[in-house]
Amino acid sequence: MDYFAQQLINGLVLGSIYGLIAIGYTMVYGIVGMINFAHGDVFMIGGFIALITFLLLISTGLTAIPVILLIVLLVSMAITALYGWTIERIAYRPLRHSFRLAPMLSAIGMSFVLTNYSQVAQGARVKPIPPFITGGYTLHESADGFVIQLSNIQIMVVITTIVLLAIFTWLVSRTRLGRDMRACEQDQTMAALLGVDVDRTISMTFVIGAALAAVAGLMYLLYYGLVDFFMGFVAGIKAFTAAVLGGIGSLPGAMLGGLAIGLIETFWSAYFSVEYKDVAAFSILIVVLIFMPTGLLGRPEVEKV
Amino acid sequence: MTAKPATGIPALLKTAFINALIALVLFSLMVGIRTEAGSDGQLTYWTRFGEVAALVAAVFGGSIVIELLKQWIGSTGAEKLVPPAVQSGMSFVGRYLAPALLIFTLLVPVIFYNQRYILDLAILVLTYVMLGWGLNVVVGLAGLLDLGYVAFYAVGAYSYGLLATNFGWSFWICLPLAGILAAFWGVLLGFPVLRLRGDYLAIVTLAFGEIIRLVIINWQDLTGGPNGVSGIPRPSFFGIPLDNSDDGLAAKLGIEYSPTHRIVFLFYLILALALLTNWVTIRLRRLPIGRAWEALREDEVACRALGINTTTTKLTAFATGAMFGGFAGAFFATRQGFISPESFTFQESALVLAIVVLGGMGSQLGVALAALAMIGGFELFRSLETYRMLVFGMAMVLIMIWRPRGLIGHRAPTVYLTKAKAISSDLVKEGHG
Repeated sequence: MDYFAQQLINGLVLGSIYGLIAIGYTMVYGIVGMINFAHGDVFMIGGFIALITFLLLISTGLTAIPVILLIVLLVSMAITALYGWTIERIAYRPLRHSFRLAPMLSAIGMSFVLTNYSQVAQGARVKPIPPFITGGYTLHESADGFVIQLSNIQIMVVITTIVLLAIFTWLVSRTRLGRDMRACEQDQTMAALLGVDVDRTISMTFVIGAALAAVAGLMYLLYYGLVDFFMGFVAGIKAFTAAVLGGIGSLPGAMLGGLAIGLIETFWSAYFSVEYKDVAAFSILIVVLIFMPTGLLGRPEVEKV
Repeated sequence: MTAKPATGIPALLKTAFINALIALVLFSLMVGIRTEAGSDGQLTYWTRFGEVAALVAAVFGGSIVIELLKQWIGSTGAEKLVPPAVQSGMSFVGRYLAPALLIFTLLVPVIFYNQRYILDLAILVLTYVMLGWGLNVVVGLAGLLDLGYVAFYAVGAYSYGLLATNFGWSFWICLPLAGILAAFWGVLLGFPVLRLRGDYLAIVTLAFGEIIRLVIINWQDLTGGPNGVSGIPRPSFFGIPLDNSDDGLAAKLGIEYSPTHRIVFLFYLILALALLTNWVTIRLRRLPIGRAWEALREDEVACRALGINTTTTKLTAFATGAMFGGFAGAFFATRQGFISPESFTFQESALVLAIVVLGGMGSQLGVALAALAMIGGFELFRSLETYRMLVFGMAMVLIMIWRPRGLIGHRAPTVYLTKAKAISSDLVKEGHG
């Protein structure tokens, strides 16, 4: 039971990270109708920028950890958001009215560009950082000495995710930008006729998605203590799985799907085999698409002739 | 990168300046600060401001050039119909280019007999031509976006590798078996994805490819895991080995043995396999099943309304494409003598898909030319190992922007009233499917 509880905590933390990435997928899919294949790599770029900012700040002699974290968060969000904006501008916007495979292939190309760009720029080796946030709480200690740990970093990941989600939900449901986004999702032509700047709205979607992916990258860096240039690929597919599982286009669904994938992966590693955890995640994607193509919270797709 | 096309010098400079500024922010940390883990696990960094400056300058110059080119070319209206002159020129080239290429290919071992490097490269190109033609059945004809094609390549390679090393079966028995097994996996993948469309299908096939690769890596008892399968037997000339022994082909023919014989044999083997793929595809296109594939690509709903069984249509497409992938895989295994999961990554799938798309999705000649261009291009960048995939990714994006329909982006109808009229594929509105 204690082992189960510990895995539950680990799974929820991992799921929060997946959920943050999945939001980027689901938003873009909802509005533009394409799978932003490069989104996993944007997450990786976010992790790298966080790492580099950390290094720079520490070398300036700054010691206040909350200040460091805040600066790193803002810098990595800002720069990664600019990456998201640039990617949309270069690789997707010219293809918006092209045939349906074109943006997808362009996105695959972009994903290769980003992966290899960071390999060339930062080297192929794994980059570790020393643990910044240490300590934690012991929730329960059983008779045979098994301890349920809740570390500070895990608390931080979950709280950051909740706060970001709250801000994000407010943004989508209460602001002008959110209204524009929802309008574009329903009908781009009509939205444009009613004075919504569709280009700008789509750009902002990519910017917000990339910023959230940057937060996920930072969380990943803090939680696992390392980044490498290839981490975006698998994380990207899993986050996409999460988005599909939750019902693509649905924002709470993305978070829910992220948590589900995180839990499934953790429990699978804990009780079955670590080697096959990715196989489990990918198999779930296939099973979900067969039996529940609309996901948990998605709307059924209306077939137009 | 900016919204409005710049007019006049000041606007041009402003655009370039903004782009350079964006580039500065993008590259400042990722390129300007190089991190590396030291020997004690501590991260160190050093600065590379020179590189950042060079990149920013390149972006500045590049955007000026691009803006100037845009103004120079002007706003070209998209031509919907291929102009008659181009069309007749193209049909002329199309009529003679393919036979000319074929004759040249047949003569390659004769011309380059003493240049092992060129022969090896030619075999590699032909392998990708075959993979491209195989995937073309799924993507180009049936319009099903398959991002996991490498899985079937892997199934074929491992089928031959394992059957040959464990049971000592000959290549010529294993080749059809590899094809059948791959086709079986194709159907297995086909079943669950029958109801999926477009992007979803792409992701599921991608996941499928990754699952196959992960299983190969982790099922160490059978596949040897990351170490792969080694000592895979070389192919024989229908039972006669191509080696230096007394039973060898050279001895039987009474000519002096040379290791090049095997290379030449492999070359003609893959050429025959590729031509088989091509021939089968061309024949199938004229059969009801081939027409059903193409109809499925254009509009799935209409297909169903006309009573085409989309289930069997999709499954046969997957199975046929997978079978050719399996053949190519078996050839790959026998050529290399060693296979490992590293040869079957997603990058391979993307490369083959890029070949099909660049080739114009459905055009056999286009796919062959695209394979030549892609693999040849890869070879050119061989010295720049780390930059190779970067350039490949950029090329993929640029090709998509420049010619989303590929090199030969027209559709040659198989049924026509009096005269075949090629139309630009921009005219063809693809349905979901």
